[in-house]
Amino acid sequence: MLKRVAPPEDKGLPLLDVKNLTVEFHTRRGIVRAVEHINLTIEKGETVGIVGESGSGKSVTSYAVMRILDRAGCIADGSITFSGFDLRAANESDMREMRGREISMIFQSPRLALNPIRKIGKQIEDVLLQHAQVGTDVVSEKAVEMLELVRIAWPRERYHAYPFELSGGMCQRVVIALALACKPQLLIADEPTTGLDVTTQKAVMDLVVELTRERGMSTILITHDLGLAATYCGRVVVMEKGKVVETASSELIFKKPTHAYTRKLMRATPRPDISLRGLLPEGETAKAKPPAPLRKKRNQMPLLVVDNLVKEYPRQRQGLSFANLLARNKPVPESEVFRAVDNISFSIARGESVGLVGESGCGKSTTAMMVMRLIDKSAGSIVFDGEDTGEIPARQFATLPLRKRIQMVFQDPTDSLNPRFTAARAIADPLLRLGELARNKVRARCEELARQVGLPVGLLDRFPHQLSGGQKARVGIARAIALKPDLIILDEPTAALDVSVQAVVLNLLQDLKESLGMSYLFVSHDLNVVRLLCDRVIVMRAGKIVEEGPTKRVLVKPHADYTRDLLAAIPHPPL
Amino acid sequence: MNESATVIHQAAAAAEKPQQNSMLRDARYVVSENPVTGVAFALFSLIALCALIGPYIVPHDPLASDTAAALKPPSFAHWFGTDQLGRDMFSRVVVATRLDFLIALTSVALVFAMGGLAGIAAGYFGGWTDRIVSRIADTIMAFPLFVLAMGIVAALGNTVTNIVIATAIINFPLYARVARAEANVRREAGFVLAARLSGNSEFRILLLHILPNIMPIMMVQISLTMGYAILNAAGLSFIGLGVRPPTPEWGIMVAEGAGNIISGEWWIALFPGAALMLAVFCFNLLGDGLRDLVDPQRRT
Repeated sequence: MLKRVAPPEDKGLPLLDVKNLTVEFHTRRGIVRAVEHINLTIEKGETVGIVGESGSGKSVTSYAVMRILDRAGCIADGSITFSGFDLRAANESDMREMRGREISMIFQSPRLALNPIRKIGKQIEDVLLQHAQVGTDVVSEKAVEMLELVRIAWPRERYHAYPFELSGGMCQRVVIALALACKPQLLIADEPTTGLDVTTQKAVMDLVVELTRERGMSTILITHDLGLAATYCGRVVVMEKGKVVETASSELIFKKPTHAYTRKLMRATPRPDISLRGLLPEGETAKAKPPAPLRKKRNQMPLLVVDNLVKEYPRQRQGLSFANLLARNKPVPESEVFRAVDNISFSIARGESVGLVGESGCGKSTTAMMVMRLIDKSAGSIVFDGEDTGEIPARQFATLPLRKRIQMVFQDPTDSLNPRFTAARAIADPLLRLGELARNKVRARCEELARQVGLPVGLLDRFPHQLSGGQKARVGIARAIALKPDLIILDEPTAALDVSVQAVVLNLLQDLKESLGMSYLFVSHDLNVVRLLCDRVIVMRAGKIVEEGPTKRVLVKPHADYTRDLLAAIPHPPL
Repeated sequence: MNESATVIHQAAAAAEKPQQNSMLRDARYVVSENPVTGVAFALFSLIALCALIGPYIVPHDPLASDTAAALKPPSFAHWFGTDQLGRDMFSRVVVATRLDFLIALTSVALVFAMGGLAGIAAGYFGGWTDRIVSRIADTIMAFPLFVLAMGIVAALGNTVTNIVIATAIINFPLYARVARAEANVRREAGFVLAARLSGNSEFRILLLHILPNIMPIMMVQISLTMGYAILNAAGLSFIGLGVRPPTPEWGIMVAEGAGNIISGEWWIALFPGAALMLAVFCFNLLGDGLRDLVDPQRRT
C-alpha cells in the first residue's frame, strides 16, 4: 500500500498539492520542458479550471498527476501530493489502484476513450470489478444505476449498446459514468466538451458539475475556453508556455485580469458585447484599417440563389440496429431515404457574409458541399451569378472556369494541406491549374498572396508539419483567395485554432473581404463567432432552415425556440 | 536552470530554420538516426556495385571451366573455391548479382506500376474499379504463390522475362491491397477536396496528390518485395525454371551445389546461398530507411 507522508485527517491539507512541478520530454531535438515549476492546490470539493492555449502544458500537468505521461516524458522536479500520498514516489501498481478509484479522468474524445467493441455496460462493470467496488452478483445492477445517474434514457436497454450506436454527447455521458463509478475524490476533465455541440456541451457540463457537487468531489476542468472555465469553476488557473501566469476566482478573472496574457486571452474570447476588431490585443487594433472597399456593384442581382435544395441519402441499413430495437416500443415508419438537406432556400448578395449555423448533423456542411459543387444535389436549384451550377455534375465542375469563382476554406488546416506539398506549392496549385498565369509568374503571385494573408514569405518553402496552426490556416486562406473568387465558403475555419489565433484569422478574413469584395458563406456552430463576421445568419436544424434574418436581430430577438436554446447554451461567464 | 532553458530555446530555434532540401543531408540525417539503416545502405551499395561493374573486376571468367581444378575448397587463388567444372565460385557469385538484381528490380518496378496504380485507383474511385481490382487480388492470393509462379513460367515459356512477369504477378495483391487501403483513407481528406477545388482532374489528384502521400508505405513494400522477388527468382531457378545453366545465378548455383554438400564440398552451395541471404536481409532492413527518406515528416 502507499506510504502516507501526512495523516489524511489533517484538515488543513488540500486534496491535491502540486509543488514546483517540472515535466520534461526527451525528444530528437533535446530536452523540451513542457511544464516548468508550477504550483497548484485543489481543495476538497473545489472545482478548478486550468485554461491555456495549445502547448501551454495544461494537459501534461494532468497527465503528470495521473502518472500517465508517455515514455519520453518524466517528472524532473517537484512533488505531487494527493490526500497525503506522494504520487511522484508511488510505484506503478499503487498508481493503478489510485487511477479510477481515487482520481479519474474524462478525455477529450469520448469515442476514443471507449472500447469500440465492448458493450458500454460491460465497460462500466470492468471498472467496478477492477477496483473491487461491488460483488459480481450485483455489478450489472450497479452499472445500470450509473447509466441512470448520467441520465441516459432507457439505461437497461442501452447497457447492451456499443459506443458506435450512441451519439457523441451520450458517449461522453458514458465516459463520465465510467469516471464516477468508483466514487473518486478527484475528477480531471480534459477538454470534456470539445467537439460537442453547444447544447450538448451545456448538458454535459451541467451534469458533471451537479454530480461532483452532490458527491463532494473535487474537479479539475482543463479547457482552452476561458468562458467555459469561468462559468463552471470556482477558481481559474491560467497557463502559458508551461508556466502558471495567473490564479484567481472566476469572478475576478473576468473583472480584473492582472497578467498581460490573461488580458490577451480574455480579449480574444468572442463574447456578446465585443466587435471583431476588439478581439485583437491592445495596440494592434489601430493598424487594422483596411483600404477602402473597391466593391464593383455591377448589378443588384444576388450572387447565389439556392432554391428548394434537397439532398437525400439512402438509409444505410434496416437490420438489427439498436435504434430499431427501441423503435419496437413506439414504431416510427422510417422512409427509405434520409434527407440531410430538406427543401432549403436562401440567397447571398454580392459582398455579403452569411452565417450558416446549426449543430452537427443539421445539414449545414452538406449544403456547403453542394453549393461548392463537390457533391451533387438530389433536387432543387443552385444558381450562381445567373448560371445554374447545380445542373453541372460535381465530377465535371472541377475543371470548369466557373470553379475559379467559388472557393473554400476548410475546417482543419492540417487536414486540408497536402503533407507532401510546401506552402508555396499548395498556394500555387489553383494558380497552376486554373490561374492562366505564366509559370514564371506563379512564384511572385504566391509571395503576393502570402503577404496579403500575413504569412512571412520565408515560410513558403516549408512543409505543413513545419508550420503552426495559425500559419497553416493562412496558407489555406491564401489558396482560397488565389483565384480571386466571388464566393468563399468558410467551413468552421477557426474551429481547430486557439482563441488568440482565431481572433487574428477572423480579422484577416474581414479585411480580405473588404479589400477584395468577396461574399462569404460562413458555416459554423458557434453563434458568437458568426456574429462577428456575418451580416445575416441562417439557423438550420435537421436539414431545415428554422430562422433567417439580420445577425443583430436573430441574436438579440430570436423568433425560433431553437435559436433561443442555442443562444442559452453558450457559456455565460459571471461578469 | 536558466542556461539549460536557453539551450533548449536555441535548439528549437535552430530546428525552426527553413531547411535546404538536399537529399544527401536527409540521407545523412536518416542514417545518423538509425545506424542499422546505415548498414543496410552500405550493403545495398555493395550489391549495386557488384551488379554494375562485377563482370569487369572478377579475377576469372565465370564460365571458363578448368576440370583440373574442379571441386577445390576455398583458397587464395579461388576465394570461394571451385565447382564441379572447376569454375571460380567467387567470380560466379559476383557476376550472378547483376542478373538476380535485375530480375528483382524489374519485377518490383512492374508490380509497383501495376499493383500500385490499380490499388490507388480502387481505393480512390471505389465502386466497380474497387470490386474488380480486389477480386483479382483475391484470386491470385487464393493460389499457393510459388506454385502459381511455377505455373506461369511453365505456361509462358522458360525465359528470364517470364520469371519477371511471374514474380510481378504473385506480388500484385500485396501492392494492390496496401495501395487501396492507403488511398481509401485519403480520398475524403481535406487536401483532396482542396485539390478538386483548385481544378485538378481526378487523374491528377490520384497521381500528384494521393500517390506521393502513400509513397512512404509503398517504399517499405518495395523493399520487402525486392528481397522476396530475389528469393522467388532463385527458387524458380533452383527447380530448373527460368535461368538456364551455365549462366551464373544464385539459385542455380545452390541447386548445383546441393548434391555436393553430403560429399563435403560445402562451398559450392554455401557462398551463393549466403549472397542470397545477405541480399534479402539487406532489402528487408532497407525498408525503414527508405521510408524515412521519402517521408518529409520523418526527416525533421
